[in-house]
Amino acid sequence: MTRRLELPYAEQSIEAIEAGDDVLLSGTLYVGRDQVHKKLCEALSDSLPLPFPFEGNAIYYMGPSPAPEGFPIGSAGPTTSARMDRFSPSLITAGLKVMVGKGPRSEAVADSVKTHKGLYLQAFGGCGALYSSCILSSELVAYPELGPEALLRLIVKDFPVICVIDSAGRIYRG
Amino acid sequence: MELDKAISRVAEAIIEAERKLPVDVCESIINCHVDGGKAESVMNAIKQNLEIASKTGLPMCQDTGVFWCLVSIGRESSVDLATVEHVVIEGCRKAAEDGYLRRSVVADPYSGRKNTGTNLPPFIYYELTDGSSVELSFLLKGFGSENCSGVCMLRPTDGADGIVNAVVEMMKRAGGKPCPPVFLGVGVGGTMDRAAFLSKKAFFRENMDRELSERILAAVNKLEIGPGGLGGEPTALSVSLLSEPTHIAGLPVALTVSCWAERKAVIRFEEGEL
Repeated sequence: MTRRLELPYAEQSIEAIEAGDDVLLSGTLYVGRDQVHKKLCEALSDSLPLPFPFEGNAIYYMGPSPAPEGFPIGSAGPTTSARMDRFSPSLITAGLKVMVGKGPRSEAVADSVKTHKGLYLQAFGGCGALYSSCILSSELVAYPELGPEALLRLIVKDFPVICVIDSAGRIYRG
Repeated sequence: MELDKAISRVAEAIIEAERKLPVDVCESIINCHVDGGKAESVMNAIKQNLEIASKTGLPMCQDTGVFWCLVSIGRESSVDLATVEHVVIEGCRKAAEDGYLRRSVVADPYSGRKNTGTNLPPFIYYELTDGSSVELSFLLKGFGSENCSGVCMLRPTDGADGIVNAVVEMMKRAGGKPCPPVFLGVGVGGTMDRAAFLSKKAFFRENMDRELSERILAAVNKLEIGPGGLGGEPTALSVSLLSEPTHIAGLPVALTVSCWAERKAVIRFEEGEL
């Protein structure tokens, strides 16, 4: 079934989503991949301030191509989530528990999602032009030195994903 | 002036390849048998994405890849090698700039990982062929799938069954990571590095063993990893295999995994055009 999720999310809205559901995301979506994850984990372990509030927010594993004139962003599809597995449990524990990426997650991430009632949502891999058309705006939040891997804040509308791990820890396996 | 023209031809071919798949690749995506899991949703998203890419002029995938280039030089060609290298590098540079390609290359793989800011260098291989033309074969290689590629050094007695098993095992480990349905290049024989090279060249040459390729394709599709890794069919759309002689003690097998967005460009220069 198709559900809608407004971001930032309310707790009860993520508990209503089940593994296997098609979900349309609208609202604020933060963007970070490998190096951002490393930096966020370092900030947590050194008790440094975080560049955005984790509570209520979702993170999208993505690094866009450059925006041509007249476009808010270039091509903007998901990257492989498995590379974030080593960092996700710490971030989920700290409140960043709704994740958007592509491909399978480790058991540790699935356990973490269940314990903290989060969500793992899968976007359609390779569909960068499609996702670009669902993004209304993009702004730099932190780590500009990372270039295409910098931390961004997007405003998205009807951004299609599939729930693969729900807040009860159920996993969609097809 | 002639060189500028050659550089522009290279850049234009790459820019086009980022936005439009080759006809055979497109046909396999459109005509494949789709069943189970979320296969239909994923395949529909892929088709919709291709339409949007062609309409907006955005690259179909944000990972516009690294430039992998095989330069095939005719033995009768009088071309200057430094000129060929220059055309490849500057063509790639121009493609990245004019084509809004992501800068996905870091200068040092393990210390600093500073972005080169140009998507250069390209990874270039040279070979000699018959004739007098110079052909450039570009793979625009994304790394979600490249991270799932690999080499297995099998025993000389493992035979065709060993090759099928090796590919199946690598694809099991890959699961949904490389953006299935995938296209597979298989390189067999030579040395470890030659097998790896052949597994990429396989995307540009006639398949040397259709029967074995079909066996591999069927075995991989049996895994039912499915589109997006969400189950069902198809997992792989095609397998192409190249082989060459090897040592009595070995059977190197390499697999290059390409995501469904198998982006490539071939540019051919006749004698005198470079």
